[in-house]
Amino acid sequence: MSKPASLASVRPIDLVRFAADAIIAHPLRSGLTALGVVIGVAAVVLMTSIGLGAQQRVTSAISGLGSNLIVVQPGSQRGAFVQTGAGTGISINDGDAAAIASQIDGVAAVAPAVRGQAQLAAEGANWNSRIEGVTSSYLVARDLTIASGRMFDDREARQGRKVAVVGQTVVNELFAGQDPLGRRVRVGTVPFEIIGVLTAKGQSGMGQDQDDIILGTLPAVRSRVVGRRVKGDAVQNIYVKAATEDDLGRVQEDVTNLLRERHRIRPGEEDDFQVQNLASILQASQAATQTFTVLLAAVGAISLLVGGVGIMNIMLVAVTERTREIGLRMAVGARRSHVLIQFALEAVTLSLAGGVIGLSLGAGGALLMAKLGSWPVAIATWAAPVSLGFSVLVGLVFGAYPSWRAAQLDPIEALRRE
Amino acid sequence: MIEVSALEKIYRMGDEQVAALAGVDLRIERGEHAAVVGPSGSGKSSLMNILGGLDRPTHGAYRFDNEDIADFDDDQLADFRNRRIGFVFQSFQLLPRLSALQNVELPMVYAGMARAERRARAAQMLDRVGLASRGHHRPNQLSGGQQQRVAIARALANAPDLLLADEPTGALDQATGQEVLGLFEQLNREGLTLIIVTHDAEVAARARRRIAFRDGKVVQDERSPA
Repeated sequence: MSKPASLASVRPIDLVRFAADAIIAHPLRSGLTALGVVIGVAAVVLMTSIGLGAQQRVTSAISGLGSNLIVVQPGSQRGAFVQTGAGTGISINDGDAAAIASQIDGVAAVAPAVRGQAQLAAEGANWNSRIEGVTSSYLVARDLTIASGRMFDDREARQGRKVAVVGQTVVNELFAGQDPLGRRVRVGTVPFEIIGVLTAKGQSGMGQDQDDIILGTLPAVRSRVVGRRVKGDAVQNIYVKAATEDDLGRVQEDVTNLLRERHRIRPGEEDDFQVQNLASILQASQAATQTFTVLLAAVGAISLLVGGVGIMNIMLVAVTERTREIGLRMAVGARRSHVLIQFALEAVTLSLAGGVIGLSLGAGGALLMAKLGSWPVAIATWAAPVSLGFSVLVGLVFGAYPSWRAAQLDPIEALRRE
Repeated sequence: MIEVSALEKIYRMGDEQVAALAGVDLRIERGEHAAVVGPSGSGKSSLMNILGGLDRPTHGAYRFDNEDIADFDDDQLADFRNRRIGFVFQSFQLLPRLSALQNVELPMVYAGMARAERRARAAQMLDRVGLASRGHHRPNQLSGGQQQRVAIARALANAPDLLLADEPTGALDQATGQEVLGLFEQLNREGLTLIIVTHDAEVAARARRRIAFRDGKVVQDERSPA
C-alpha cells in the first residue's frame, strides 16, 4: 500500500468548508441564530442614518443663513421687568451698525435689518409673506444673489425708496411666475416697485421656504410696514459678516466691546444685546445631534450584543450536540486548534452573514424612509465597514468560549458520549 | 514496532486511585495480528487509548518505531493519530451528515491533502472494502456491515502503520461480523499491523496472538502456531 504523497497540515479552506457545511445543515436554526445580529446591525445602520440625517438638516439650516456670520440681536435676557433702551424697547440701531462697519477691522459686510409678516397684493392676487427691511449689503452678509433685475443701492436704501426685491415663491404666487420687474406690489397699504428677483434657494433645513420673502429698503419697511414695533432708528438684527473664518472670533469680541462702549454699559453689568456666532451655534447644535446619534447607535448596539448572546447560546448547544463529532475528528487527527478554528469560523460566518443582511435591511429601510417620509436620512460612508467589522467581532467574542469548550474536549470522553 | 514497558495508567476517583494499567510490558512487531482480550475493567481499553495516542500513560514508556510517544504534546499526538494510526470503533463513529466518501476523506483533510487527490483516494479505499458503488450514500442509508466497512476505509485513508479495532464486530450480526473479520485478515496479509480489542472468544481465536488482561496486567500472551 502506497503512502499518500503530500502530508502537510489541514488547509484553511477545508475548515471554512466544515463551518459552512454545519451552517447549511441546519438552515432554520442558522437563520434564527443570525437573526439577532441581523436586527442589531439593521438597527445600528438605520438609527445612525436617521441621526446623521438630522445632523445634516440642522447644519444646512444654520449654514444656509450665511457663512462667517455674526448676528447681533437686542438683549433678551432682561425680559419684561427691566427697561433697556430709552423708550424704544429695542437696544440696537442704525448707529451701532454704522459704527461696526467703520470701526472694526476684518468685516466684509454689515447689514442692519428689521422684519415682519405682511399681506402682499398685486394685480388681484394676494399673498402673505415674510418681509425684511434691509440695506444693500444684506445680500453679501446672507450669501444671497440676484437672479434678474438688481438690488437697490446704498442711496436708494438711505433714502428709503419704495423699491423691493422678491423671492421666487412671491413671484409664483403674485405674478404666476411671470417676470415681475417694474411691476408694483402693495405691502399692507404701501406700494413698492419690484426691481429684482432673488436666486431661488429652496427649502431650508428646518422646512421653511427660503424663497417666500420680500426685501424692502430699511427706512421704508421700518416706518411704513413694521412701524408699530420698531421705532426711530432701531433695528432687530445686525448681520455682521467676517472677512474670513479666522477673523470670526475676534470680530465677535470687537463687536461686543464696541457695543458695550456705545451703550455705556459699565464693567460687571450685563449686555443689553446678544452677539451670536453662527459657527458656535452650529457647533452646539451639531454636538446635540451627535449625542442623539450616539444614543440611537447605542440602542442598536445593545440589540447587536443580544444577537451575540444568541450566537453564543446556539454555539454552546452545537458543541454539546456534536461532542461525538468533535471526538471523532480528534481521533482521526484534528488538532485542538483545528477544532477551535472550525467552531470560531462557524460563529463568525453566522454573525457576518447576519451583518450583511442587517446592513442591506438597515440601508434599504433608511432609503425607504427618505423616499416615502421625506425624513432626512443619510447613510454614513462608514456604515458598511463598521457594521461588518462589528459583526465579525461579535462572532469572534461570542464564539470564543463555545469554540474553546469544543477544543478542550477529551477525545476519549467525547467518543463515548451518546 | 511497538514497545511498552512498565506502563501504568492511574485514574483518580475522588480520594481513591484506580490503576487501569498496573505495569504492562509488551512488544508488538510489524505485521502482527493480535487480539487483546479480557473482561471489562481489565485495562484493555486503557491500553488501546494509549497505543492509539488518544491518552498518555501515567508512568512508563511507549516507544513506536523508536519514538517516545509518552513525551508527545497534544499536537504531536494529533499528528501521530492522523498519520500512523487507524481506528475502528464498535459503533462505527461515522459522521451522519457526510457521505461515505466524505467520511473516508476526513483523515486526509487533517493531513492537508488537496480535495481532488483525497476524493480519488477515498474512492479507492471504498473500492478496497467492497463499497465502490456506495460512495454517495449517507451512513443511515447503509447497513451496519457497510457502515463498518466505510469506517475501515476511513482508518486506511492515510496508510497507517497500525490498525486499532475496538470490538469491531460488537454491533454486527454473526455473518456480517465474519465478513468484517475476513476483511481485517486480508489487510493483515497485505502487511498491515492489526490489534483487535475484544471480549469475544471467537474473534480472539482468529488472531494469531492473544494477549489476555486482568486487573491492569497481562496474564497470558499466546501465539497460534503458524
